[in-house]
Amino acid sequence: MRALAANFLLVLALGVATPAIAQTPHQESVQIGLSPDRITITAGFSGADLTIFGSLEDADPQVVRQGRYDVVVVLEGPARPVVVRRKERVLGIWINLESETFENVPISYSVASTRPLQDITQPESYKRLSLGTNNIYMQPAEPGQNPHTIAEFTRALRERKAATGLYSENPGGVQFLSPSLFRATVRLAPDVPVGTHKARAFLFKNGQFLNESSAQLEIRKSGFEQTVFRLARDHGPFYGFLSIMLAMVTGWMGRIVFRKD
Amino acid sequence: MGIYLPIAEISVNVLVLLAMGAAVGFLSGMFGVGGGFLITPLLIFYNIPPAIAVATGANQVIASSFSGALSHLKRGTLDFKLGSVLLAGGIVGSTFGIWVFSLLRSIGQLDLFISLLYVALLGTVGGLMLYESVNAIRSARSGVAPTLKKSGQHNWIHRLPLKMRFRASKLFVSVIPVIGIGVAIGFLSSIMGVGGGFIMVPALIYLLRVPTNVVVGTSLFQIIFTSAYTTFVHASTNQTVDVVLAFLLMIGGVAGAQYGARAGQRLRGEQLRALLALLVLAVAIRLAVDLFATPNDIYSLASLGEG
Repeated sequence: MRALAANFLLVLALGVATPAIAQTPHQESVQIGLSPDRITITAGFSGADLTIFGSLEDADPQVVRQGRYDVVVVLEGPARPVVVRRKERVLGIWINLESETFENVPISYSVASTRPLQDITQPESYKRLSLGTNNIYMQPAEPGQNPHTIAEFTRALRERKAATGLYSENPGGVQFLSPSLFRATVRLAPDVPVGTHKARAFLFKNGQFLNESSAQLEIRKSGFEQTVFRLARDHGPFYGFLSIMLAMVTGWMGRIVFRKD
Repeated sequence: MGIYLPIAEISVNVLVLLAMGAAVGFLSGMFGVGGGFLITPLLIFYNIPPAIAVATGANQVIASSFSGALSHLKRGTLDFKLGSVLLAGGIVGSTFGIWVFSLLRSIGQLDLFISLLYVALLGTVGGLMLYESVNAIRSARSGVAPTLKKSGQHNWIHRLPLKMRFRASKLFVSVIPVIGIGVAIGFLSSIMGVGGGFIMVPALIYLLRVPTNVVVGTSLFQIIFTSAYTTFVHASTNQTVDVVLAFLLMIGGVAGAQYGARAGQRLRGEQLRALLALLVLAVAIRLAVDLFATPNDIYSLASLGEG
């Protein structure tokens, strides 16, 4: 099943890339670089704007002057399986009844673009590229179910993610600083997941997709947070024992400091 | 002032957590309840994932009940013997409870079952206590002595065999109901993820006729152990205890607990019971509203494969 899905994606990617190269006499390309390629979340982290710089190479000066190059930058978090549940009313009580599991849903997905996405190219192109918060491909864990149900749960999943700020779009977040240099600002939600994120830049010319480039970004916890996280994950019982001891000591100290009798 | 929580993986406001801890700690010291039934819903309301809220709540409860128990120990209002017998029953009960917990989770709808259990238990306990304590306050006002501890008046519980003397509680009862209460509390606390003080306190007062002031200290003593057990199990199996979050709640909690214990001393037994009854009822109503009210969003997300 997995192999099948991979083949399908491969064909899809080829289908997109071939006409794009064939149709363009110019070999414009987009490059992005991340420096540093590692972000550390410290105790004070409450969401941030991440700036990604990129360049447009071998650009046609004429097209640049007319502002007909568009860049879309995406920062995509690690993927996890997600269950979407729907509540229904039974005897007046709201109960989780139906549920749908999706494989490999990116935990976070931030988009920045030169213009609003609908002004850059056709919806079909975005669908082909799986680009934009509404076009992320969500694979149901059990295929072959009612397509209406799957569509409904997919929509709900996107809406919930957007409501929590994990999926965001920032039209106008990509700005050209010079004919060949651009800056993209993507939002990191306060609960942005740790792990390897993938930054990708998509280049469009006159609404035509040309090519993309990608870079990896490592988001991790800073020293203390990382130590606690590791301890809790790798040495659960010991961590539990420490937590209990900490609670007892705090209770005892509190008694000494705040005693009222 | 924000701080990033390493396990919950979310950024929260330190002052909000300190205030939350202090408020719950105050009530905890005053009524002898661990506050688990308050702190867990509060954390969930503050966007902490439920699994982490339950486990971290248990960890926080250890600190406030330990602090509260120490101050009761000093005043001599802690019955070690009674607490130990209750605890013995509690361990049996929670072992059985954990088994039922995993059974319920395997057939789904655990959340719903927990909510229904909360509403039913809190509603019943709160309602009965309020009724009794209002009556007691009324009769105290009209000059009649409170009837709760009339000597010579015994119920069926006091006719059971295997009697044991609990000196600090001025009690001479059979160990059967004491162990029974312990088992029931242990069972409920492992299923609901709370220390069980809000059930323990009324059970000791009404079923065993333990004096109210001794009940609070003894209940806190027992809660230390049940919540330590819960914390340990969650930390080793689910990795859901966020020690930074727990610590912030504790600091507020231990301070609040000391003030609460003193405030509790100033109130008379029946007033204390009436206030606790109101608090318990308020939580029950809040949870019932959640069950019946139309949710903001009928869809919810849950990640799989995360510790």
